[in-house]
Amino acid sequence: MITVTHYVALSFLLFTIGVTGVLVRRNLLTVLMSIELILNAANLNLIAFSRQLGDLNGQLFAVFVITLAAGEAAIGLAIIISMYRLKGSVNLDDVAELKG
Amino acid sequence: MKAAAILFWIPVFPLIGFLVNGLLYLAAHSKLGGKDAPKGPHGHGDDNAHAHGDHEEIPFAGVHSVIGPAACALSFLASLLAIAAWWGETHGHESIVATLWTWMPIGENATWFGAKAIAVDAAFRIDALSALMLFFVTLIGTLIHVYSVGYMGHDPGYGRYFSYLNLFMFAMLTLVLGANLPVLFVGWEGVGLCSYLLIGFYWTKTWVADAGKKAFVVNRIGDFGFVLGIFGCFALFGTTDFDRMFALAAADPGRYAAGGLLTAVCLALFIGACGKSAQIPLYVWLPDAMAGPTPVSALIHAATMVTAGVYMVARCNIFFRISHVWAVESANGHPTTGWLLTHDASFVVAVIGGATAFFAATMGLTQNDIKKVLAYSTVSQLGYMFLGCGALAFSAGMFHVFTHSWFKACLFLGAGSVIHALSGEQDMTKMGGLRKLIPHTFLTMFVATIAIAGVPPFAGFFSKDAILGETYAAGYKVLWGFAILTAGLTAFYMFRLMRMTFFGTFRGTPEQLKHVHESPASMTVPLYVLAAGAAFTGFLGIPKFILGSENAVEKFLEPIFAKLPAAFVLEPHELPHSTEWMLLGTSVLVAVFGIALGWSLYSGAFPFSIPSRIASSLGGIYRLVRDKYRVDELYEAVFVNGLIKKGGRFLWEIDARVVDLIPNGAAALALGLSNVSSWFDRTFVDGAVNGVGNVFQAAFRGMHRVQTGRAQNYALTMAVGIFGFVCLYLLLK
Repeated sequence: MITVTHYVALSFLLFTIGVTGVLVRRNLLTVLMSIELILNAANLNLIAFSRQLGDLNGQLFAVFVITLAAGEAAIGLAIIISMYRLKGSVNLDDVAELKG
Repeated sequence: MKAAAILFWIPVFPLIGFLVNGLLYLAAHSKLGGKDAPKGPHGHGDDNAHAHGDHEEIPFAGVHSVIGPAACALSFLASLLAIAAWWGETHGHESIVATLWTWMPIGENATWFGAKAIAVDAAFRIDALSALMLFFVTLIGTLIHVYSVGYMGHDPGYGRYFSYLNLFMFAMLTLVLGANLPVLFVGWEGVGLCSYLLIGFYWTKTWVADAGKKAFVVNRIGDFGFVLGIFGCFALFGTTDFDRMFALAAADPGRYAAGGLLTAVCLALFIGACGKSAQIPLYVWLPDAMAGPTPVSALIHAATMVTAGVYMVARCNIFFRISHVWAVESANGHPTTGWLLTHDASFVVAVIGGATAFFAATMGLTQNDIKKVLAYSTVSQLGYMFLGCGALAFSAGMFHVFTHSWFKACLFLGAGSVIHALSGEQDMTKMGGLRKLIPHTFLTMFVATIAIAGVPPFAGFFSKDAILGETYAAGYKVLWGFAILTAGLTAFYMFRLMRMTFFGTFRGTPEQLKHVHESPASMTVPLYVLAAGAAFTGFLGIPKFILGSENAVEKFLEPIFAKLPAAFVLEPHELPHSTEWMLLGTSVLVAVFGIALGWSLYSGAFPFSIPSRIASSLGGIYRLVRDKYRVDELYEAVFVNGLIKKGGRFLWEIDARVVDLIPNGAAALALGLSNVSSWFDRTFVDGAVNGVGNVFQAAFRGMHRVQTGRAQNYALTMAVGIFGFVCLYLLLK
């Protein structure tokens, strides 16, 4: 029997992997993929609890998150491409213009 | 038709207008290869692609000219209908709320972790306050749209302009109609976005784009406070719905006031109002907002945007009233200024308002750019409104918002007409003698000028006097002194403007003189309507001691002041009639004196001899005022250089060398020492502004290490912070 705890555990794992990816990977594309993982972890959580509580709002929110993720991917990729054109690299360490 | 059913349509019309105009513009310009190429301001800085002769065909110009103003006019009609229906249903005593849908239904039937249910509705609300705002926002908005048809007619960005303008109206109406803080916040951010788009309308010029960015960034600082205020409201009341919050606060004010919680919420909300309504210290964006097309300045300064802060404070009046009573009581009847500044949110509002009114007025004295003078006068008048709100005379403050929107819109559109006539000239030293050449503009601007100067019986006189009287009655005598001084300054710089622009001899080039022409009817008709408003709207608020009957505006707005229990009811400040008349006489006298001074000092040939002699004898003080007290430079030195750039630079190098250690140690030391000595030089050699900046640089030296510029370091800090706060929360629970 798969309970809500299992979903939460999986979601937690996904989220942690995602956050770790965002924090340690230097390649912008990998960072973008990690962000997708984080969003999907949140989605899983929303849907699991939506089922548990019998409240459809959670699933509705998951749909919103998917929309947002699509927008984020589109804009993120556009930024990465412009950055590549500008710097010839997609390494995060190469964009540190705000250094004090 | 029920009022609730109509409310929805008020913001929808401008939204449709935005979509249609925007899509048509995009459709036309993607065909042309997506080249937008705004002409950009030429000469001294305004738009005006007109008077050039190279009239390119603007795609869909006819459609834009109809849809833009029509969307706004329909919204005005819907507002009238809604106000009539609301009046019919409640006689103005109640609010009507129209819930469209549940916007944030999080945790409605969840009880785990003991989380409170958040249910934020997308809901609109009409009551006396929103009815007043709706009326003039939509009416003046429509007039500005009509004016824009004439003013922007030859601009290649015509469609883009109207789509932004309509979006601006949509956002402002959402703000005014919002039935809870989050909906209000959506409109709040919307006007912020639109002001950015419109101020930076001629974005090909760097300084214009910078002005847009400045407005956006400064507004974000205020929004930060506003968001904290919303969170505070939610934490205190468990809801952000106006009706429910105010009912809870009115039922048990002592509970929420205890420990200054409500004062903190009020102050956070007021920071938001400072940003949007351009108060010290966040007023710096408004004068730069002149970079946009002139009708946009009129829209931002008169009907929308800057009135939002005053509106929000008046909307939350119950919080400020409770905070005031609580502060006075906890001081045991011996409140001192310092005590009130920390405990009484309304006193802070009054002080900031009074200070802004005065300082902005002094800055207005020395400007030569016609729009800059008006910009500082707006900041100053907004200070008045907050002074009224701070004296807990919210209806006086709102009345001034109302009258100000008429004469300020008229002044700005008139200034636009002058600039239009002179093909883009904004410098008043190059104007003069325009009275005969553009008589309609002169006449309407003159009416608006005497209205703002406070000449009875024009609009500004009654509203300004109501604020002055209430400030005096509330016992803020020093603030009253500054306010009355400001009234004199206002009269002075406005008549200086009139004299320099419309009287004397023309000081521009003969080429300009040849082209001077009165504006088309689409521009002069709105001017006349606004001038009529500037002349007559004051009669709505004739104080009781003159007529004997109730002040109509006060009576109309009375239902927005929720009743508080006896312990929290303020004694109404009643002044003897003789005092009232004396105050009135003083303000008329001061206004007349200011007018006479402004009139006489700027007579004769240019350069005006007396003012320039005064200026040279004042020397440093004059330069300081002319340079707007160098506040922009101070912010630059402290926040931009101090925190981000300079302060860190050489320490960063020392850091790097310390890590590398010994080999470069000696060199680093020498470098460091020389840097320190040069830093000392700069501190002592440079003036006061740089000195303060450097003190901050020194104070924040260590901070530069945080600015690594690597996104992932920032993300890590955030993650650790959130983790820490969650741990703290779980431990404390």
